[in-house]
Amino acid sequence: MTLALAVRNLARNRRRSLTTLAAIVVGAVAILLFGGYTRNIRYGLQMGFVRSSGHLQIQHKDYFLYGSGNPAGYGITNYRHVMDLVRHDPVLAPMLTVVTPTLQLGGIAGNFAAGVSRTVIATGSDIDGQNELRKWNDFGFEGTPGNLALTGTAPNAAVVGEGVARVLQLCEPLHIRSCPAPEGAATSASRSAGSGLPPDIAALADAEVPQKLQDSPGAQVPGTSQGIAPPSAVAGSPRIELLAATARGAPNVASLAVIEADTQAVKDLDDIYVALHLEQAQRLVYAGDPPQVTSIIVQLHHTAQIPAARARLEQLLRTTLEDQPLEVQDYETLNPTYGQTIGFFAAIFGFIAILIGVIVLFTVSNTMSMAVVERTPEIGTLRAIGVRRSGIRKMFMMEGILLGLAGSVLGIIVALVLAFLINHGGITWTPPGRTDAVPLTVRVWGEPKPMLGVAIALTLVTVVSSWVPSRRGARTNIVSALRHA
Amino acid sequence: MSVIVLKDVSKTYRVGAVDVPALRGIDLEIRSRCLTALAGPSGSGKTTLLNLIGCIDRADSGDLIVDGTRVGELSDDVLSDFRATHLGFIFQSFNLIPVLTAHENVEYPLRLTNMAAAQRRERVCAMLEAVGLTAYARRRPGQLSGGQQQRVAVARALAAAPRVILADEPTANLDSQTASSIIELMRRMQREHAVSIVICSHDPQVIGAADDKVFMRDGRVESVQRSAVTYMPGAEAI
Repeated sequence: MTLALAVRNLARNRRRSLTTLAAIVVGAVAILLFGGYTRNIRYGLQMGFVRSSGHLQIQHKDYFLYGSGNPAGYGITNYRHVMDLVRHDPVLAPMLTVVTPTLQLGGIAGNFAAGVSRTVIATGSDIDGQNELRKWNDFGFEGTPGNLALTGTAPNAAVVGEGVARVLQLCEPLHIRSCPAPEGAATSASRSAGSGLPPDIAALADAEVPQKLQDSPGAQVPGTSQGIAPPSAVAGSPRIELLAATARGAPNVASLAVIEADTQAVKDLDDIYVALHLEQAQRLVYAGDPPQVTSIIVQLHHTAQIPAARARLEQLLRTTLEDQPLEVQDYETLNPTYGQTIGFFAAIFGFIAILIGVIVLFTVSNTMSMAVVERTPEIGTLRAIGVRRSGIRKMFMMEGILLGLAGSVLGIIVALVLAFLINHGGITWTPPGRTDAVPLTVRVWGEPKPMLGVAIALTLVTVVSSWVPSRRGARTNIVSALRHA
Repeated sequence: MSVIVLKDVSKTYRVGAVDVPALRGIDLEIRSRCLTALAGPSGSGKTTLLNLIGCIDRADSGDLIVDGTRVGELSDDVLSDFRATHLGFIFQSFNLIPVLTAHENVEYPLRLTNMAAAQRRERVCAMLEAVGLTAYARRRPGQLSGGQQQRVAVARALAAAPRVILADEPTANLDSQTASSIIELMRRMQREHAVSIVICSHDPQVIGAADDKVFMRDGRVESVQRSAVTYMPGAEAI
């Protein structure tokens, strides 16, 4: 009877009930759509970071804090053994998708033909491993990224950030648009390949080549200014020289063929970004010494597996690999931008959710207060014929709960429809951390937890907002209520 | 035999900063199975007295015993349950629940007594038949005339088989012809169901129809006129 009475009383004042319902629906839609939008950003960011740096990285202890750009001091020796151990560990193996090494180093990249150089951070990667990393798509994003530009290229091939290309005056040969050469820059005709290498650099490169050849028999040794022919795969590509310090502190130079400029989302990174093959980077840093890496990237099937995988890795580091000072870092630690961006959107979402909650609270409270005032004689009658105070309270609370439930359900339906329209509307935007526009997507469908959360939260809000008017109605003096005009 | 006993009952309302005594030391016994009219000018305290007897207000002092229960000491919830099982109410403005049908309005007090659904249905049909509204069972109050609404109210008041029915100016919103029929109905129901009815009214028709007449003035019982009561043969408490 309480339910029937609540339904009929809501239907009794249709306009007011519909207005209140509309407020709840709009609130639910706003929360779900914005929540779906931020969720998509979170997933997109996470996917981007996991595709590039994995879920976890095994690094030399303190590399994260102090070792950036110092592969000599913080390299992982015998890294292949570590990778094999991880790959074949019975606990970790079912969770793994990719285990791949990477070596990061600092150096100076120069286009000596144009007489320009700049400091860079170069990352040497196993390209096949990197391509495998890029296949991770736990959130069902549409489309799959293509292989890296370095795929199948000669060992001396490199990709640079557009900022690096701009400073090194490589825009024209790399066919980069909107990249004007600075005033007084040398023309392309004057930057013929192989010309202008300073004698000291040329001598250094000259001194290194034989050693490299000895270190990597059979490998395609990178060309230098001294005339080692570049592989045909990179013939015609502009060349740069990458100067770095070896693990022993001696300078070393690699001559790289820049095959592409890859715009990085952050300008600071774009201005220093150089990607090259792992072997090339290792030869540059470790020369004749055993090659090392600065990180072993570990990618898992699912992000939720991080705690278990991390625990197992740390156990291995404490036991089997205790002879090496290694530690494990997760992608959130390695990419503080992720946490900052998520925190930023969470703060906005929280603010919006609270705002909507307050609006719904006051709207429902107002509706219920008016209902209590209007039905005061009815309250008096019901109390007189024997309804307890709790019965009156229950009656009004039921109306609030019904409004909350109906509003939430309708809100979810409307949000699903709107999300579908938005997702199929061809709207694009450029999210943080990306350089290309992507379809604007709001993730509502297939996310039962947020929908359930919104329904519960809004129903709770209506319960809270109905509580005070209901209590007031229940405590109304019977005689006064019956006299109420 | 008295169904209601009041001993030195007083009630004072506070209006702003002024204390307004509504009842001053009322001593009164209301006989069982009688139709008792509380009469008197406005402000004499008859409605206050009816409210106290109906357990919807509390006396400041004195004892009030309704159907053998000292109601002044009962908690609010117990008093609610007591009203549901021992008392019935008929109001001047009928006070039916507008969103419920006539049938549901009559049924409502029965739900408070946890009566089984089938039994409830039977009881409601019987009560609506008794007040001549079987054909209107599915209508809501807004679809009924004033007289029909008051008949539904009478049926509702009697539905849970209370010992006492309290009526506050039950004919005040009705034309004289309808008022007469309502008085007649109440009188008949009171006799058939052997229930005690206490009516607060200005209406001479009502006062004239009463077995006992309690005249009040300035919060005091001025006089009580009791007539001989002949119980209808076969009449019994429901």
